[in-house]
This record gives sequence, C-alpha cells and structure tokens, in this order.
Amino acid sequence: MARAITTQRKTINTLFAWAVGLIIFFPILWIFVLSFKSEGDAIKAPFEVLTSAWTLESYATVQDRSDYFKHFWNSVTIAVGSTLLGILVAVPAAWSMAFVPSKRTRGILMWMLSTKMLPAVGVLYPIYIGFIKLGLLDTRIGLVIVLMLINLPIIVWMLYTYFKEIPGEILEAARMDGAGLREEVLYVLTPMAVPGIASTLLLNVILAWNEAFWTLNLTAAKAAPLTAFIASYSSPEGLFYAKLSAASTMAIAPILILGWFSQKQLVSGLTFGAVK
Amino acid sequence: MKLRSVLRTATAVSLIAGSAAYAENIVIATVNNGDMIRMQGLTDDFTSKTGHTVEWVTLEENVLRQRVTTDITTKGGAFDIMTIGMYETPIWGANGWLVPLDDLSEEYNVDDILPAMAGGLSHDGTLYAAPFYGESSMIMYRTDLMEKAGLEMPEAPTWSFVREAAAAMTDRDNDINGICLRGKAGWGEGGAFITAMSNSFGARWFDMDWNAQFDTQPWKDTLEFYVGMMNESGPAGYATNGFNENLSLFQQGKCGMWIDATVAASFVTNPNDSTVADSVGFALAPDTGLGKRSNWLWAWALAIPAGTQKEGAAKEFIEWATSTDYIELVASKEGWANVPPGARTSLYENPNYMEVPFAKMTLDSILSADPNNSTVEESPYVGVQFAAIPEFAGIATEVSQEFSAVYAGQQSIDEALAKAQALTNDAMEAAGYR
Repeated sequence: MARAITTQRKTINTLFAWAVGLIIFFPILWIFVLSFKSEGDAIKAPFEVLTSAWTLESYATVQDRSDYFKHFWNSVTIAVGSTLLGILVAVPAAWSMAFVPSKRTRGILMWMLSTKMLPAVGVLYPIYIGFIKLGLLDTRIGLVIVLMLINLPIIVWMLYTYFKEIPGEILEAARMDGAGLREEVLYVLTPMAVPGIASTLLLNVILAWNEAFWTLNLTAAKAAPLTAFIASYSSPEGLFYAKLSAASTMAIAPILILGWFSQKQLVSGLTFGAVK
Repeated sequence: MKLRSVLRTATAVSLIAGSAAYAENIVIATVNNGDMIRMQGLTDDFTSKTGHTVEWVTLEENVLRQRVTTDITTKGGAFDIMTIGMYETPIWGANGWLVPLDDLSEEYNVDDILPAMAGGLSHDGTLYAAPFYGESSMIMYRTDLMEKAGLEMPEAPTWSFVREAAAAMTDRDNDINGICLRGKAGWGEGGAFITAMSNSFGARWFDMDWNAQFDTQPWKDTLEFYVGMMNESGPAGYATNGFNENLSLFQQGKCGMWIDATVAASFVTNPNDSTVADSVGFALAPDTGLGKRSNWLWAWALAIPAGTQKEGAAKEFIEWATSTDYIELVASKEGWANVPPGARTSLYENPNYMEVPFAKMTLDSILSADPNNSTVEESPYVGVQFAAIPEFAGIATEVSQEFSAVYAGQQSIDEALAKAQALTNDAMEAAGYR
C-alpha cells in the first residue's frame, strides 16, 4: 500500500515537473516553430500557425542579410574570453577568502555582491567615455574586460562557496608534505573543485553570451555579438516575427546545445555541497 | 622610353593610392524597417558609384535611439551617419551635435524635399537631416465592411462619424472590431496617437508659459471619447496594443478601421501578408471641426554627427540615399509601391507613383500636418505628436503609462489627468521651464 502511494506521488511529481518544464520551455519552442513559417503565417492563431506550410525562407533571408558567423565569433570570443579572464582573477581571490579569511572578508564579499544591484545604465556614461578615451569602443577586448568585471562578483561568490566545502585539513596536509602555494592551488585545490569551477565556467559563459545591455551599447559594426544580431530583427513598426524567430533560434542554438551536453556538470556543480 | 614608363608607373601608382585614400568605409546606424532594409540591399549601387563601402548597424527603434544618443552626447564617433527622427533633429541641431546639410549639391535639389519634412528636420532654417522617408497617419478601413454597414467613408471624416461607423462595423460574434487604435504605453506608441488625437479636440501639452494643460476640458474630452469608442468597438486588451498588434489584427481581418502610420498602407495591401489586401480604403485622419486633424508627422532621416572624420563620404551617401535617383532605382527593382514615400515633392508628381492606391492620401495627410502650428490654441513647441524639447520623451512616456492604466480599467480618467498634470509640471519645473 505504502509502495502504491509512493508510485502515485512519484507519477504526480513527474507530471508536475514536466508541466512546469514545458511551460518554461514553451516560448523557446514557439520561437523555433515560428522560425519555420512565413511572415504571413506567423501572425495567425496558434492552431493555424501549426497547420500552415513550413519553410526555410526566414533562415535564408537572415543568412542573406546578416553576417551570422561574424556575430557568432564575436559572441564566442567575448563569452569565453571574459569567463576565462574572470576565473583567472577569481580563483586566487576566492582561495584567499575561503582559506585565509580576514575580518573584512565578509564585508568585501557583500560589497562585491552589492555592485550587482547597481543599475547598469547608471554607469553607462562613465564607462562609455572611458572606452572612447582608451580606444576600446566597438572592440572585443573592451567587452571581454567589461563582462569579466560585471560577472566577477558571481564568479568569486560561486568559487568561494565551493572552496569553503573543501576541508582545510587537506590543504594543511599538502603544506606539511612541502607543497607551496602554487602546488596547493594547482594540484590539490583545483582538482577537488573541478565540478565547482566547471559549473562556474558554464554559468558565466551563459551569462556573458546572453548579456545584452553592454554588448549593445559598447559595440557598433565590428565587435557586435549575437545580441546585436537579434536586435537588428526586432521592430516596433512592421511584422518581422518569423525572421526575428529565425535570428533568435540561430543565436540561442549554440548556447542551448552547450547547456544540453553539459547539464550534468552544471547541475552537479550548482548542487555541490548543497546536501550534506 | 624608360623615363616614359617610369612616369606612367608613377602616375598609375599615385592614382591607385589616391583613390584608395579617397575611398572610405562609413558606419551607419539605422532602424529595422522595410525601407531601411531595402536600402541596405542596394548599397552596392552606392559603392560602385563612389568607391565608398558601408557597414550597417541595424537596431530596434528604441535601442537605436538610446545607442545613438549615448554616442552623440559623448562624441563617441562610433557612427558616421545616424538614422534619427523629427524629434531628435531640431534638438541635436540646436546643440551643435549635427553637421548642417547646407551645402548639398545642386543636382540633389534640396528644394524638392516636402516643406513639412524640411521644416521638421531643420533648426533656425538650417537643414540638419535629410528625410529618407516621411509618414503621417491616416484611416485605413475595410471597404467591404463599410459597405455592409450601409455607410460611406468621406475623404475627410469627423470623429463622430468614425465612432458611428466603428459601432456599425463591430461584429463580436465574428471577432470583428470596428476600430483598432494604439493604447500601448510609450511616447512613440500610444502616447503619439493620443497626442495627435488631442490636437483635433483642441488640447495641447503646454500653454505659452510651459504650464501643463491636462486639467483642461479638451484633454478630458479626448480621453472620454477615446475610451468610450474603444470600449464600444475596440479589441479586447487594446491598452497593450501598439502598431504591430493592430497591424496583425487588421491583416487577419479583425479590424473595421485602423488609424495609424501611412507606411502601414503598403503592408495591409500586400496580398502575401494581408488577408484583406483587396478591400482596403483610405481616408484622412478624423477631426472635430476645430481646424486641426488628428494625424501626425514623422520622418526617418539621415544625419551626420559632428566630429566624424568621414564627413565627405557621409554626405555623398546621404545624397545618394535620399535622391530621386535612389527612388527610381527602388522602383525599377521592386516596383513603385515600395519606394520610400513622403520625402520628395517630385514623387507625388510622378504619374507612375500616383497610380499606387495610397499615394494621394499619404501626401494629403503629410500636407495637412504642420509641426510649427499643430494645436488649435497657440503652443510654445514644435512637433505634432510630440513637443521637440529634450524632456518630452521621459515625461510623455510617464503620461502615456497613466493613460494606458485608464484603458486597462485600472484608474479613472480624472485620476490619470490629475497625475499627468502633476508629473508634467514637476518635470518642467525641475528642468527650469517654469
């Protein structure tokens, strides 16, 4: 009897999880569907949309009109570059906060997090002017630096949380065996924190890939990533839903595929240390 | 012989070097709409004629506005040409942020630009942006439904006729709304429509001392009429409908009338996208007999930010893109219905273009809007559906949010007008106008 109730509850839970998952996924699914419709069909009622003819017309137009690969490589460079640079800065920072904390560590962590609460538009002009002076406007290196800086608090916080889960005794033992700081971080700490670092990497690549405020405001023709590619198909005066959907599908496909293949690492990293 | 060949080579090298130095690469920021995309597709013609190459940055209208504003106010120099509208041009021209277009070539024939457009894109008589296309607003209506209702649309209808016709055309059982209008918050969305409509009811944003006028009867009349008519004959959820939502409804045959931008005429009469393409008629935007109609005036224009290093090439591009030759180029490739409308007088003297069903009504609508004299009572600002002052966009967005809350049934007309009055006066005081 108890077994039957468990099975029933399991079924309900599964159905509920699927329903929630589908609701969350539905907008992406609908974008995908609309991308294969003509502009005329894309604005019809949902049932008519599904039964209308399927076409690759929008993809052909988008490909013809825009240089997808240029935007794609800009996105890859900016997302990967800013994440790697962020990790490089954040690992030592998180290590020192986790294993050699001072009385100000907590305050510094909170201050770092508080910078995420600042509306980005509030610092647009100082950063824009800084970029002009430094010749960084519309350059990939400029965006790598900015995205690294805006995501740094998250990277540090995530790594700090993971590092805190690693027993300090293991590091002490390594030190007793003669390991220096470099060996300790590289050969003891890093291998133990690989799931955490991997999930931090993945999450930050996703955040940097999807970042739309700075990537739109600090680029023009040369360094514009896929966010600008999507923005070029949005219009308040004219129905371009099918083309916009095709552009969106092309822009989110790489990151969706990355997320799909790395979901195990992502979930294990995000739940690392959550259950003791 | 040797000397001759050396001279020949030197001449050839200097010519190549000279032309390479002359050929520039210009960056143009523009909006995503049919006419602009068509222009991008024809850029090769410009390159083959001048040697200059073009890089496009196409953005959604609101993103573009923010992007180019940031760049021009900081002298960023990210763009050599910016696509801006009638709102920005006089303000930016007055601030010295734009290169005056007062030395365009004779062949360009600057006098051919429609006076209403040239006026709206100038400051102190100097043209600061060349209109790529211009638009007003007008009534687009279903001729079959109008006939079924037993009514005939006059060329210049009144609001009371429109309301009566909307009620007669409404057929809720068949999902047909008599009238579709913008209600979406935003100064360029529902805000633009209700401001243009209010002009015809005798309302204005400010008196001559820059005091807000939302506590006057004409504003109350405007909102009461709009809300009453939309509740009787408008689509459900009209408070969140903008241009695209109404275009979609009209193309699917769910609107009897739609009052909106004249550029929409080519969309609703395109049989590939519109199910009612063969039964669309056009009329001037309505009035109330006070001498002002409810149509707006807008132009997307090309301007050169001051400080660009490529002013010469940028001017050449502007002359190419806004010339009569360009119009003919588009006509030869895509037909007269697809040429950029509303910018040049000569277009409306062209018999080929006048055969396009909406050409005459577009011109009549543009000509009936006067940005320098848009209100029944005297007002201190330039602009039909906006006041060309830097503070307007922010204020009007907030005011339109209050109005949209009325359309959604979240507050009364009196409450919205009182809030609009207070917030407008506060903002004008803070900006030093009062």
